[in-house]
Amino acid sequence: MFKKVFARTKALEDVPFHFCPGCTHGIIHRLIAEAIEELNIFEQTIGVCPVGCAVFAYNYFACDIFQAAHGRAPAVATGIKRALPDRVVFTYQGDGDLAAIGMGEIIHAAARGEKISVFFINNSVYGMTGGQMAPTTLPGQITATTPYGRDREINGNPIKVCEMLSVIEGTAYVARVSVHNPASIIKAKKAIKKAFQVQLRGLGFALVEILSTCPTNWGLSPAEALNWLAENLIAYYPLGDFKIPKEEAKNV
Amino acid sequence: MAKVLMKGNEAFGEGAIRAGCRFYFGYPITPQSELAHFLAKRMPEVGGTFLQAESELASINMVFGAAGAGARAMTSSSGPGISLMQEGISFIACAELPCVIVNIMRGGPGLGNIAPVQSDYFQATRGGGHGDYRLIVLAPSSVQEIIDLIREAFDLAEKYLNPVLMLGDGLLGQMMEPMELNEEKNFFIPPRPWAASGRMGGPKRIINTLYIVPEEAEKHNLKLNQKYKKIEANEQRWENYQTEGAQLVLVAFGTAARICMGVVDYCRDQGLPVGLIRPITLWPFPVKAFDSILSLDTVHYFLSVEMSTGQMIEDVRLAVNGRRPVFFYGRYGGMLPVLTDVVKEVKKLLLEEEP
Ligand SMILES: Cc1ncc(C[n+]2csc(CCOP(=O)(O)OP(=O)(O)O)c2C)c(N)n1
Ligand code: SF4
Ligand SMILES: [Mg+2]
Repeated sequence: MFKKVFARTKALEDVPFHFCPGCTHGIIHRLIAEAIEELNIFEQTIGVCPVGCAVFAYNYFACDIFQAAHGRAPAVATGIKRALPDRVVFTYQGDGDLAAIGMGEIIHAAARGEKISVFFINNSVYGMTGGQMAPTTLPGQITATTPYGRDREINGNPIKVCEMLSVIEGTAYVARVSVHNPASIIKAKKAIKKAFQVQLRGLGFALVEILSTCPTNWGLSPAEALNWLAENLIAYYPLGDFKIPKEEAKNV
Repeated sequence: MAKVLMKGNEAFGEGAIRAGCRFYFGYPITPQSELAHFLAKRMPEVGGTFLQAESELASINMVFGAAGAGARAMTSSSGPGISLMQEGISFIACAELPCVIVNIMRGGPGLGNIAPVQSDYFQATRGGGHGDYRLIVLAPSSVQEIIDLIREAFDLAEKYLNPVLMLGDGLLGQMMEPMELNEEKNFFIPPRPWAASGRMGGPKRIINTLYIVPEEAEKHNLKLNQKYKKIEANEQRWENYQTEGAQLVLVAFGTAARICMGVVDYCRDQGLPVGLIRPITLWPFPVKAFDSILSLDTVHYFLSVEMSTGQMIEDVRLAVNGRRPVFFYGRYGGMLPVLTDVVKEVKKLLLEEEP
């Protein structure tokens, strides 16, 4: 008899992802689904998926799920969580979704300390609409709408979401992780799990920013994209915990 | 039951609670704020949730979330706020979720003013947001009718899985009138197999508005359209006021209808054969009211009286369909039609030469 060492999590549907080759959205989907299964919260979890490349998340996650308007997932999640406080509610949002059009909703959900878990996928571009500049696009980065590179004078500066949200009362857990290599993936999974645990313990708002690749719009091969992320995105967006629950902070 | 004195805006709130609504999300705007003030106090008393959102974009999406999770939810606003909600309303209509939205109209366009108008008729009855959809639109004209109709609004929303919009104006909202409270609904959430409330051992539910394959999108549009046809057939509501023998029939809703009732009474006292059709559902527009009145053959003219430059008149014309001339009288920008001015219009039509 062979021992089964890896199985598809039941929190994901058994269908192929539509993401481009080398896109790390798929890895992040799997990590969230595995966390849901391992925490044994599948039956009470409700997801809110965004407008963006992850718009079909409802086809992949096997839990109950909403497809929200661009940027509004935190408001939708607020409505769900207020109606059903004993359920586990998460949002999955891109950087255009969360940090541009949806900035109002995310800040206020955080300030209210909504007991939801937010997974924020920062790939430094608008993937779905063809690689335009996102609020997270790096200075100098070439995108479809910054063909000469992002110019701080013209396009302003990137927004560091974790740094900003961590100073807001109401956030209980804020962390930035990456998925560019196996070690970082293991750490990302831990953070994702923790974001759910913070919600389960009723501690407040939890957000995990996950640096992610967009090889298609970056114009790189999957392998090059992983390297570009490691060298450029992580340099600008340092990884780590920006806020941990108070009770844990005391023990450090 | 004993009569109580209540403001229109408060009646929306009390009526919602008596209809079993336990979730209100909203953002302050005059002239509807008393509704929010009232529910901020009242919701906690009944174990409900009142939440002040950061914007109308957020409040309508909170309603989307709560309704999709299976709750009776509502929001309220006025002009600019309702405009901001349109994307969310389109999503709710597409996802076929029940909810109630109250628009206490204010002068526009732009920031306009806070005076009573009826100039959001087009926005309310033509869908309002993007895509092929309809809202059920109810237009009360008294405080009593507010409390009766908001209960019906929640029931219709649930029956057809469709958002219901209630249209009022600042006058109706601020007006205090005695009314009879209806009984508190025995609050229960009927089984909602469509609600994405966590699987809890059941099948997966998706609250979705994306139909990327045109064939599927067409099917969904067809399904919505069939529902709208059913609503048009079954849910037209109106009041005929002194229409018997009327040669001139006024058409007015809400506050304008209250003024027109006075006009009708005054004219009848003077022996002028004037009546009123008061649409209660603005969508579906009560076409049947016109068909039945035209079958009597006494009517010569219709006069649409509105607090706008003429919006409902388009529906009146469609309903009359060329069978009689349709005239218009309106005041706008927050000015109210004055009884004597409307009477002047009436006399022009009835007593002067054929217009
Ligand atoms: C109101 C509105 N404006 C614009 C769009 C078009 N749109 C769809 S996805 C998207 C950007 C998505 O980028 P991001 O959130 O970074 O997600 P990614 O595709 O990169 O994962 C935009 C602008 C929309 N759907 N709705
Ligand atoms: S466009 Fe970019 S973010 Fe979207 S699926 Fe392709 S690689 Fe992933
Ligand atoms: Mg992106």
